[in-house]
Amino acid sequence: MSETGVYSSDIHERAHKAMGDAHLQEAYRSSTLRLYSHRLQAIGQVPGFEPLRDRARELKREVMDHLDHYLAQFADNVERQGGKVHWARTGEEACEIVKEIVRNAGAQEVVKGKSMVGEEIELNHALEAAGIDAVETDLGELIVQLSGERPAHIVAPAIHKTRHDVSDLFVDKLHSDRTEDPEQLTAIARKALRAMFAKAGVGMSGANFAVAETGSIAVIENEGNIRLCTTAPRVHIALVGIEKIIPRFDDLGVFLRLLGRSATGQKLTSYTSILTGPRRPGEDGPDEMHVVLIDNGRIRTLADEKMREALYCIRCGACLNACPVYRKIGGHAYGWVYGGPIGALITPQFVGLGQARELPFASSLCGACREVCPVRINIPDLLLHLRSQTQEQLPAAPQAGAAISERKSMRLWAWAMKRPWAFSLGGAFARFGVRWLPGSAGSGAQRWITRLPFFPFSNWTKGRDFPAPDPVPFRKRWEKLSR
Amino acid sequence: MAKNSPKVALFITCLGDQFFPGVGESVVRVLRRAGATVTFNPAQTCCGQPAFNTGYREEAREVAARVLDLFDDADYVVAPSGSCSAMIRVFYPELFADEPELLRKVERLRGRFYEFSEFLVKVMKAEDLGASFPHRVAYHDSCHLLRELGIETEPRKLLRAVKGIELVEMQDNKLCCGFGGTFSVKFPEVSVAMAQDKVRAAAAAGAEYLVANDAGCLMHLAGYIHREKLPIQTLHLAELLEKHE
Repeated sequence: MSETGVYSSDIHERAHKAMGDAHLQEAYRSSTLRLYSHRLQAIGQVPGFEPLRDRARELKREVMDHLDHYLAQFADNVERQGGKVHWARTGEEACEIVKEIVRNAGAQEVVKGKSMVGEEIELNHALEAAGIDAVETDLGELIVQLSGERPAHIVAPAIHKTRHDVSDLFVDKLHSDRTEDPEQLTAIARKALRAMFAKAGVGMSGANFAVAETGSIAVIENEGNIRLCTTAPRVHIALVGIEKIIPRFDDLGVFLRLLGRSATGQKLTSYTSILTGPRRPGEDGPDEMHVVLIDNGRIRTLADEKMREALYCIRCGACLNACPVYRKIGGHAYGWVYGGPIGALITPQFVGLGQARELPFASSLCGACREVCPVRINIPDLLLHLRSQTQEQLPAAPQAGAAISERKSMRLWAWAMKRPWAFSLGGAFARFGVRWLPGSAGSGAQRWITRLPFFPFSNWTKGRDFPAPDPVPFRKRWEKLSR
Repeated sequence: MAKNSPKVALFITCLGDQFFPGVGESVVRVLRRAGATVTFNPAQTCCGQPAFNTGYREEAREVAARVLDLFDDADYVVAPSGSCSAMIRVFYPELFADEPELLRKVERLRGRFYEFSEFLVKVMKAEDLGASFPHRVAYHDSCHLLRELGIETEPRKLLRAVKGIELVEMQDNKLCCGFGGTFSVKFPEVSVAMAQDKVRAAAAAGAEYLVANDAGCLMHLAGYIHREKLPIQTLHLAELLEKHE
């Protein structure tokens, strides 16, 4: 079983571990670059891709500004189509609802399609504790489930695994013959999964989009397992985060064109299923369709007008692929289920800033994420806001090795920066002080300090030298220059 | 000096003043060669970015508010730094969003505020400043300059006009170098690993010099290069534009 809970405060240890693993580094580097370049190729072939992004953003804004209206409309239409709507305020509530539906269906086995909100609410643990056998049917999700891990990437959960890792895992858990051939590995998984599909009484899915106008949910995938999960078992349960709503059926065209291209560089994924209610008489499909609408921190996010932009996210994973920090530290370092820039943003919002205070700082604010985001979420700007909320709302974090607290040093810094004489005096002190620090000569007259004292400055010289301040600052040179 | 020579106030930036005053001198001389009259107000210190970047908005506001009144007599204000320019042009409006009086001052300042390479190309219409530098040079796009201000072609135009230069592009040339303000000390291991990637990309492109327009990136990259004793050097664009080799 995978870990539960939030470990975002361990980000430094987890990042350090990931960065020391050469295989993992190569897996992240090559996979993210492949997805990144596929996206670039795919969007290059679409005239009007930029206006499409604008339109998607506009639609998401419209929904988030009137979510109460659209949610009610969606719920009404699900019921009108014969589906059943359930509301869950928390992850625990959502798990209880699902268990109840499974129990009522008399099912012992559940097949699951990939769902990030399902990961978020730790449904597999809840089902296992209730004695229900739940199997992930997406190949990547199956791999992480069998490894007892969480997804390492929003759209490629097993991005951190090599075929060698998967081979070992299948030998161990599925008792298969050893092979590293991807086709044979897939065949092994398929064989194991077919047996589950045949006996499962309940199939579960997430939803990429929930259409208010029709009460439909849209799910996209490449393996066909979601279509099986949502149609073969007698009961279908869809887990839907409340931010998944889009207004009209026609709007699907905007989002579907963006999502496949942004995620994997595909025009469309292999399967696009639009599910509207349970089966009609004389048709195939599940007898029951349940839609569980899940809050789990989203309403709190919505309440902040500035920060609600994070809810525009359509979970394409493009920001992860573009992010130089994610490429280094990997998805598990973020300590919950969402990694990368969007994880650094929504994890503190969903689980509470106090539980994930390090995450807004886990970014160089380079903006590569914003550049690729299909709905143009201004991630760096929102991270900056979270940083200010951290400093304003949370008690100061303990800092080992710091001479004074960060807040006090910032107060002192601001005091000096408001007084040019104090600024100059500070510079003079620094020039005087660094003479006693270990250093070496560089090109020209530049001297480089090899070890700075005091946290956080000491962190600078862990892998870099620090330039000694110039003996003659610019303001002193100006006199000569202005003559 | 030309009769209608524009009056340009130099915003040297705190790092520029204390660590790279030579870059400041180059900036002044290059601006003069391009036909500007340069002034320097010694009351200036910092734009407030270190506090803003770390989430201390009140402290950032206190420091930033001073900047608004420093350059009233100048036609333009020029800074040899992409991130400080972005701080003033992009983030000051956000920082002072609730203070209409200061916001008016922000608007007056940001309309006249330019990054060094942007100012030369867009305002002074100067590209060839007479430099010659027969070396292989890679230009590093600092993130704030590239993505907050959209300055991508201007530094390259200036570099291409340098005699004898061979301008090479690095693979993934828009990838961050890992400085990121206080990110560099909050996540030092990641920050240094990103510097390593950047310097390797420059070396792979055969560059002898890695050029950027941002003191933060340069301090970080040069610090890494010096620690590892690598055979590549960093330069600020302004320094290169003064070379006669």
